Amino acid sequence: MRESGANLVSFVAIGVLVGCGVSLLLERSLTRILLGVILVGNGVNLLIIFGGRSGGPPVVGVTDPAEMSDALPQAMVLTAIVITLGFTAFLLAISYRSWFLTGDDEVPDDIEDQRIVRRAARKEISASDLGSEPPEDDPEQVDTPAPWQRWRGKGPR
Amino acid sequence: MLVLLILHLVAALVAPLLVRWWGPRACYPLALAPAAAFGWAVLRTPDVAQGGAVAETYPWISQLGLDLALRTTTLSWLLTLLVGGVGALVLVYSARYFPPDAAGMARYAGVMVGFAGAMLGLVFADDLLLLYVCWELTTVFSYLLIGHSTERRSARWAAAQALIVTTLGGLAMLVGFIMLGHHAGTYRWSELAERPLPGGPYLVVAVLLILLGALSKSALLPFTSWLPVAMAAPTPVSAYLHAAAMVKAGIYLLGLLAPMLAVVGPWRPVVLVAGLVTMVLGGWAALRQTDLKLLLAYGTVSQLGLLAVAVGVGTADAALAGVAMLLAHALFKSALFLVVGVIDHGAGTRDLRKLSGLWRDSPFLAGVAVLAAASMAGLPPLVGFVAKEAVFAAFTDRPLVLAVLVVGTVLTVAYSIRFVWGAFGARPGVAPTRLRRVALPMLVPPTVLAGAGLVAGTAAGALDNLLHPYAELFGTVDAHLALWPGLHLPLGLSGVTLVGGAVLFALRGPLAPALARVRSPVTGQQGYEWITHRFDRTAVDVTSVTQRGSLPQYLGLILVVLSTVPGGVLLVIRPWAHSIDLWSSPVQPVVLVVIAGGALLAVGARRRLTAMLLVGMTGYGTAMLFVLHGAPDLALTQFLVETVTIAIFVLVLRRLPERFSVRPLRSSRWIRRMIGLTVGLTVAGLAVAATSARQAPSISERFPSLAVEQGHGRNVVNVTLVDIRAWDTLGELAVLVVAATGVASLVFQQSRTGPRPRRLEADRGEPVAGRRVWLRGGATLRERNRSIVLEVVTRLIFHTAVLFSLYLLFSGHNAPGGGFAGGLVAGLALTMRYLAGGRYELAEAAPVGAGTVLGAGLALAVGGAVASLLAGGAALESVKVDLWLPVVGDFYLITSLFFDVGVYLVVIGLALDVLRSLGAEVDRNIEAAGRGAQGGLAVERRGGSR
Repeated sequence: MRESGANLVSFVAIGVLVGCGVSLLLERSLTRILLGVILVGNGVNLLIIFGGRSGGPPVVGVTDPAEMSDALPQAMVLTAIVITLGFTAFLLAISYRSWFLTGDDEVPDDIEDQRIVRRAARKEISASDLGSEPPEDDPEQVDTPAPWQRWRGKGPR
Repeated sequence: MLVLLILHLVAALVAPLLVRWWGPRACYPLALAPAAAFGWAVLRTPDVAQGGAVAETYPWISQLGLDLALRTTTLSWLLTLLVGGVGALVLVYSARYFPPDAAGMARYAGVMVGFAGAMLGLVFADDLLLLYVCWELTTVFSYLLIGHSTERRSARWAAAQALIVTTLGGLAMLVGFIMLGHHAGTYRWSELAERPLPGGPYLVVAVLLILLGALSKSALLPFTSWLPVAMAAPTPVSAYLHAAAMVKAGIYLLGLLAPMLAVVGPWRPVVLVAGLVTMVLGGWAALRQTDLKLLLAYGTVSQLGLLAVAVGVGTADAALAGVAMLLAHALFKSALFLVVGVIDHGAGTRDLRKLSGLWRDSPFLAGVAVLAAASMAGLPPLVGFVAKEAVFAAFTDRPLVLAVLVVGTVLTVAYSIRFVWGAFGARPGVAPTRLRRVALPMLVPPTVLAGAGLVAGTAAGALDNLLHPYAELFGTVDAHLALWPGLHLPLGLSGVTLVGGAVLFALRGPLAPALARVRSPVTGQQGYEWITHRFDRTAVDVTSVTQRGSLPQYLGLILVVLSTVPGGVLLVIRPWAHSIDLWSSPVQPVVLVVIAGGALLAVGARRRLTAMLLVGMTGYGTAMLFVLHGAPDLALTQFLVETVTIAIFVLVLRRLPERFSVRPLRSSRWIRRMIGLTVGLTVAGLAVAATSARQAPSISERFPSLAVEQGHGRNVVNVTLVDIRAWDTLGELAVLVVAATGVASLVFQQSRTGPRPRRLEADRGEPVAGRRVWLRGGATLRERNRSIVLEVVTRLIFHTAVLFSLYLLFSGHNAPGGGFAGGLVAGLALTMRYLAGGRYELAEAAPVGAGTVLGAGLALAVGGAVASLLAGGAALESVKVDLWLPVVGDFYLITSLFFDVGVYLVVIGLALDVLRSLGAEVDRNIEAAGRGAQGGLAVERRGGSR
């Protein structure tokens, strides 16, 4: 069993990156959220990479296979880095759009959800047809307009 | 039988078309479908009369062992006659009941025929799961039919209530079916009936669940309430669904399973108690109704209770009486409903307080109603009398049940008289009611149904023969259906009920206060409302607590869970117990200081640019750690990505405010930092645990040898990307294409595929003499935005950079590099051209659409996978091809190179798309908005409000 290449420095780096990233992630400005995502991403990439053994570059002929660093987490992280680039571009486009529409890049609270919160505070329910009140006061007497009344004036036959 | 079902399906599908052509008259041809079912059942009479069965089986879902197993025995034959016969008559009736311009007629006709088909499927089904499917189909169709008048709230409410109650029962029944089928090893009724069932509490639960379904469908207590409310449906619907067909489904299920399950513990107590209580309460409630239709509805509830008792008790005599009663009830109740429909249609009301002297006006209609009501009350020689005598006779050995049945029947007689009196009797002080001319198609169906009750009653002996095979499933049958049962107890009881009912009706005046007052303290309707109301309230409460709509709150909750649950586990297992190296290289702590410093300062930074640069610093530090770890490919990619990221950031940050807005709540900032601290500690602890947790050898042990032998490359990471784990990379490419498209669609207000911004023709003048042109697009920039140094440098290194990117692409298989790194270098080269020369320069540098590049890259990667499949290999398998060219000499080509070229193109496409969108298009917007400091729309809004 080969030992991983992790050491105290790597653990501290992971912890600091993720911690700082999380506190940025909890902000409302999209720019800060994006920076938080990048920081957390870097921390997690380090976590994955340190899960494998450290060593020489994984190139056959340059390093003896027994001395090589683990190639699998490297391939995973390489993919992750490029995905993060695409994600960064996308979030930046969103913050640009948000600025374009509102003049800022803050993430507001969901209006629909707040409406439900207010409704709960007023002890109301949301369904219109169900659950509120029955069709008539006496549930046994359902008033059904007669077809003749319903279609009066349309020349019943 | 399948042909009949398909016929109904086809008829239901063409119904809207026919209605469009002929209006409600389209119901005449549509009535042929149920009529065909009736005719088929009549023709099959000889087969089932001797206790035989008609069976058809078609393979359906063989994986589940589910076949379209159809089977008709005596009980289902009887139901087929009713469903087909009453269905056809009701459709004929509907043709004139609805006015020619009635709204929703197309839906009504289609759904009505569809319902008839579903009901047929229900009674044909031999497989319990197939029965369930049809059962729920009838529920859905009944929902649509009850809610026919969509504009009326009461109809929508009634439809929803029927749907909710019966679906709830249906779901319980499904669970019961599955338990039963699992227990017995088969879902086929025909197989269940042949072998004895092993008992046990498991079976008891299954039986209770199935009973729940039957009780809810047949509106027995405690599920009664939906049926009276469902009278909001058009009267033909009530006559069909709520008298003859759908509510009988529960009774049918009881009758179907009683031969096997009546002996199981809770069956008899549940069925008897529910049935008897329903019968008495329903009859009592019917006596106080003033709406004729509601009177019939409560009468139906009451009779369904009687039917449940007779069919469900599980003795041979009662079963015979029960099916006879089933037939009788379907005939007289649908006839009465149709009569009410005629009155309602002709007089404009069905309130018995407003009707008076109708018997004088419409003696024929009154005769029909009296005939049907007499059958309901149990007068000889009608089938109602025959059935009721048989029921009494079957329960002579259970005096308590018999007594309640007699009480219930007294009520039945009383409300039968009340119905006739209410509909046709003369009332002092009320003007005589006149019916407008009643169309013949509306008179014929109730007449036929009421007449059928007379015929069946007089032909009781033949009926006895036909229904006997069903009763024989329970054992030896002593009883016989007969018009003259002999001078025994039942006949005496009949006399008692008739007299008692008449007396009860005569005392209606003195009894009125009691009728109004005595009702159950909690009605099912109140229970239903209370439950649905509580459900809605709970839903709102739960939503308001869990969905606050705040992104930081959601994320915070997730992160707190992350740091408490896995973090708590970490505290228990203490993975840091073993010794940990401080560092593997003295450079590492230095890099750590850079990373930690950058990250901590970034959290507190107030300016966007500062924060971004600090984060970029941590990125470069991470790349350094990759180098020290022995991952040159990663480090290269990380360096390049970090640089591209900074460039993109700068493009966007030029539009955003310079500083972050000040957060109003300072306390929340500390909460955020506390969460950040705990999550950071947790993840660090997880890293400690994860890196020391390896127990099995890594699967990548063999990667180096695999890379050389099968991937034909020496750079293990690159071979992993393009060969060993190529599917992952393919997925990633798709994500990149989507992200790039998303960026473009967020920024471009018009199509991005339009003409690219080439240099303005006016600018294409001859270069000023004596002045070198370094970049052709540079001249389009304003003087103060131009940097000649940048233009010169760009001019000098652009081609070198592109060449270098190609080198990285081609050498990547054997040395650090590859499609990702190469594509990023090329993207950086394009970024430089854009920064130095503006958007026209970008178009000069890359005169192709970003979408084209992205698509070509993805197509190349996928095409490589397809090509290797076509060549007979696995998808994305690499093959080494040895080639020879003059001058070059021997060389080889590895097919995975095409895949890597695809990667290269997609990355370039991403960079190009981002530059086009966040760079060039934003430039254009800035110029269009006259260099406004605010967002376009925001400026317009503020300008408008001024």
